[in-house]
This record gives sequence, C-alpha cells and structure tokens, in this order.
Amino acid sequence: MYKFLNTVLIGITSGAIYSLMALALVLVWRSTRVVNFAQAGQALLSTYIGYEVIQNFHSFWLALAIAMVAGAAVAALIDAIFMRTLFKRAAEGPIAGVAPIIATLGLLGLIRALLGLVVGGKEASIRPPVSNIGFTISGHTLAFSPLKLLIVASVLFLMLVLSLIFQHTNVGLALRASAYAPEIARLAGVKVDGIRTLGWALAGAAGAAAGMLQTPDGNGALSPDSLEFSLLLVFGFIAAVIGGLESLVGAVLGGLLLGLVLAFVLIYISGSLVFITAFVLLIIVLLVKPGGLIGSRRGRRA
Amino acid sequence: MSSAAPLLATRKLSVDFGGLKALQDIHLELHENEVVGVIGPNGAGKTTLFNALCGLVTPSAGDLILNGKSHKWPRTYELADLGIARTLQGVGLFPDLTVVENVMIGAEKFAHSGLISAAFGSSRDENKLRERAMLALERVYTTRLANRRADTLSYPDTKRVAIARALVSEPKILMLDEPAGGLGPEDIAWMNSLIHNLKSQCSILIVEHHMDVVMSVCDRLYVLNFGQVISSGASEAVRRNPAVIAAYLGVSET
Repeated sequence: MYKFLNTVLIGITSGAIYSLMALALVLVWRSTRVVNFAQAGQALLSTYIGYEVIQNFHSFWLALAIAMVAGAAVAALIDAIFMRTLFKRAAEGPIAGVAPIIATLGLLGLIRALLGLVVGGKEASIRPPVSNIGFTISGHTLAFSPLKLLIVASVLFLMLVLSLIFQHTNVGLALRASAYAPEIARLAGVKVDGIRTLGWALAGAAGAAAGMLQTPDGNGALSPDSLEFSLLLVFGFIAAVIGGLESLVGAVLGGLLLGLVLAFVLIYISGSLVFITAFVLLIIVLLVKPGGLIGSRRGRRA
Repeated sequence: MSSAAPLLATRKLSVDFGGLKALQDIHLELHENEVVGVIGPNGAGKTTLFNALCGLVTPSAGDLILNGKSHKWPRTYELADLGIARTLQGVGLFPDLTVVENVMIGAEKFAHSGLISAAFGSSRDENKLRERAMLALERVYTTRLANRRADTLSYPDTKRVAIARALVSEPKILMLDEPAGGLGPEDIAWMNSLIHNLKSQCSILIVEHHMDVVMSVCDRLYVLNFGQVISSGASEAVRRNPAVIAAYLGVSET
C-alpha cells in the first residue's frame, strides 16, 4: 500500500517537472513553430544565474524569481536577434524547414560551451529551500517532502497563470492567432513579431523554473554538461509529444503521465528499464497516436 | 468624384515577381465614402494589388498617398492603426477560436494593457474587446453565432464573420477580397445590401468577379489586365468600354 502510494508521489513530483519543460517546449512551438532544443541550455544558464543569486543573497525564492526573469530575457533575445533574422534569411528553399531546428541544436551546444568557459568544470549545487525529508504517516515515511510539495505547487501555480494568459486575455488571443496564421494575424493588426518573442520569453521563464526546481530535488550537481538537464529536455519532449505538442494542458498531463509510468517501472520493475520505457512510450505514441494521447480534440490548437 | 484629396492613392505602383511584371504603373484613387471596384480576368494582378497595399508584397516601385500625404508602404500590422482593414479571399478565420474571439483579434489595436496586468487579473481589456467584437457582429447581423467555434460555421457565415473582424477595427478604408465569391444567390443579395449599408461608414475597395455585385455597389471601377489598368472610371462607362468587353467581360466569368 505504502509502496504504491510512494510510487504515485514520486511519479507526480518528477512528472510535474517534466510538465514544466514540456510547457516551455509547447509554448515555443505554438508561438513560432520551432522545436527548441536550446531550451535545455537556456534552463541550465538560468539555473546558474539562480545559483549565483543564492550564493550572494541566500534566498531561494529571490533566486527563482531572478532565474525566471533572466530565462525570459535570454529567450526573448534569442528570438528577437537570432531566430527572427534566421527566419528572414532562410525563408525559402530546402533549408527553410530544418534551419530553425539545426539552429536551436547549435544554440544548445553554444550555450553549454560558453557556460563551460565561464564556470569551468566546477560543480555547483543548490540547497533545498525547505526540508526534503519525507512526511511521516503513522511511522511510515512517505516519498513526499515539503520540497516536493513545493515543486508540485509551483508547477500548478505556473500552469494556472499561463492558462489564464492564454485563455482569458487579449495577449493570449494574439498568441494563439499568431501561431496559427501569422499573416492573417498581421492583417488583423497583431504585432506578430513581438507576440512571438513574448511566447519565447514565457517559455524561457517556464524552462528556468523547471531547472531551478529540479536541481535541489536530489538531482545532483549543476554542471555545464549536466546529464540531468539533457534528461529534462528529453523527458520534456516526450511529455510534450504525449500531450499532442499543441496543448498546454496536454503538456502538463503528458508530463504527469510520463512521470507516473517511469516511477512504476523504476520501483516495481527495474531502474535500468526507465530509459527504454520512456523511448518505447515515445515511439508508440508517434506510431499509434501521432496527434498525442491527450490533445485529441479537433483542431488541437486552443 | 469629389475634388478633395483622396483617402488613398497609388502612383506608378509596380510589383515584380522575379522579372515577371505582376503590376505596372498603377494609379489608383479611393475617395471618402466611395466604393471602388477592381476587376479583371484571373491573374490580372487584382490580389497582388491588394497584397501590395497590405504589405504582404513589397512593391518594386511607386508611391503611396494616404489622406493627401505621401506615406511609406505600410507593414502589415500597421494597417489597423492607419485605419485600413481587409478581408481575405480564403476568409482566414482561426478555426479553433470562437467567432467572437476571431473578431476580437481584429480589435487588437484598442488593447493597451501589457502582459503583466493581463496575467494578474485585469481582464478589463479583454472585456472591452469583447464588447467591440459583439458590436461588430451586430453590424453584420451575426451576434447569434458569437460563441460558436469558427470551424463549425457555414461558408456564408464565415464570410460575414470575416467582415465583422475587419469592421471591428473601425476602418476608414475597408478592402474586400471577393466578398461574394462562393456564395449562392440569396447570400449574394445579402452581401450586396450589407456593402450598400457600409458605404455611409467607410470607403470600400473591392475585388470581385460577380458583375451583378460590382455594378450594383461600385461607384467607379479599375479594370486590370496583365498587370496594367486598361480602363477606369464610372462603372457604367467602364462596362461599355470595348477594350474591357474584349479583355474581360467577353471572357467567361469565374
């Protein structure tokens, strides 16, 4: 009974972080039709910035806020300076389809290499802002600590804010319209370039939050070639695909589903099967329901 | 034609598509409360002319005059602020948004609040845009469709909503790209009377194939063929011009 409960709790916590990353990827995809591999690098960079804030001001919360703002700013700059130029220069021919993807892969390498130059091989770690010792119920220690509660609550809060922006503000409306048909949105008076940059910025903030929240959760040290951040990207992608790549709600549910499945495999079967399961799940979804398990509503773009 | 400066005019507008002259030396004028039609056979350059005016195509030469003053060719998103709105041949509604949301997008220029206030509670702008959108829907008699998803509408209804989306920005110049295209006789009659009604509220530039509609609503016509104006003037006179009959009216209408 406790084993089952703990598995569910572990699944939800790690799933919540995949959800955040998936949200970041879906936001960029929806606002600019770019698959942003650099998101892992941006999250890593933002987390390093958060780490520096903690070193100087000793506040995790301040660090989280600054990391998110920095993540948003970096993402906005990438879009406004780099991607916008790329879309103008490589607008036609066979390169047009792949250029943005290759560009974000290049950016990922570049960010990591530059971070390596600046911080060197030195590893850093972030201390949890609240206890990471599990709650106990009648003598049993649960796999759910104040830190994990904080992670889940933060993800839910960010999700709520994002969906409010998307569904209930004119900015969200402009975001949805620009993603679907930029030319028509422009004709209707939407400043599409600015709106796209805003989509990147929101994604940058979400990615930064994912990085800041995952690092203290026993997920090892921060380093420029961090395996954890690569996994965050991979699992974020799988979650986004499960969710149908178009839907914010889908991304969150996809992340939670992936987290749960992987937790059950980890605890009930074997840790060595976690990766395989994640990729098999990805391939099955792509082959059987390429539109995603969750975002199956017609249109799938809301 | 009034003697006042035209609301919109082009001088020697030319568009090249990689050596192909899509438009050549177009002089076009649109005056206040005037309905001007642009007609011509398929491929004559009518839509290219619209696209050039909307910043979707970059002119290779020529000047734009707005309200009597020379103006640089606008970027697409600046049109709304310049008081110009356009509908598209392909209608171009966002299928997964509701009708009222589709129209609200056209009212974007009236929104002022930034992201921060938008994110934290202030839905003032949203409500304001929604009100404007409802008023625009009323002007095309489609408020009953407000909460339907755009992809559930009949084709004639999508055309109405597209016009509402153009009207919501309160344009001085309304550009209609084949408003009657694909409509049955009843809806054409409806569109006809709608355009007559709108005439008192704005100037209208219209590309249209249905000659009945064109003759009924347009004060003046420009006839394009192979990217050049082959005739222009009052609708009746143009219709009787032999060159026009040869180039266009004699050819089967599409």
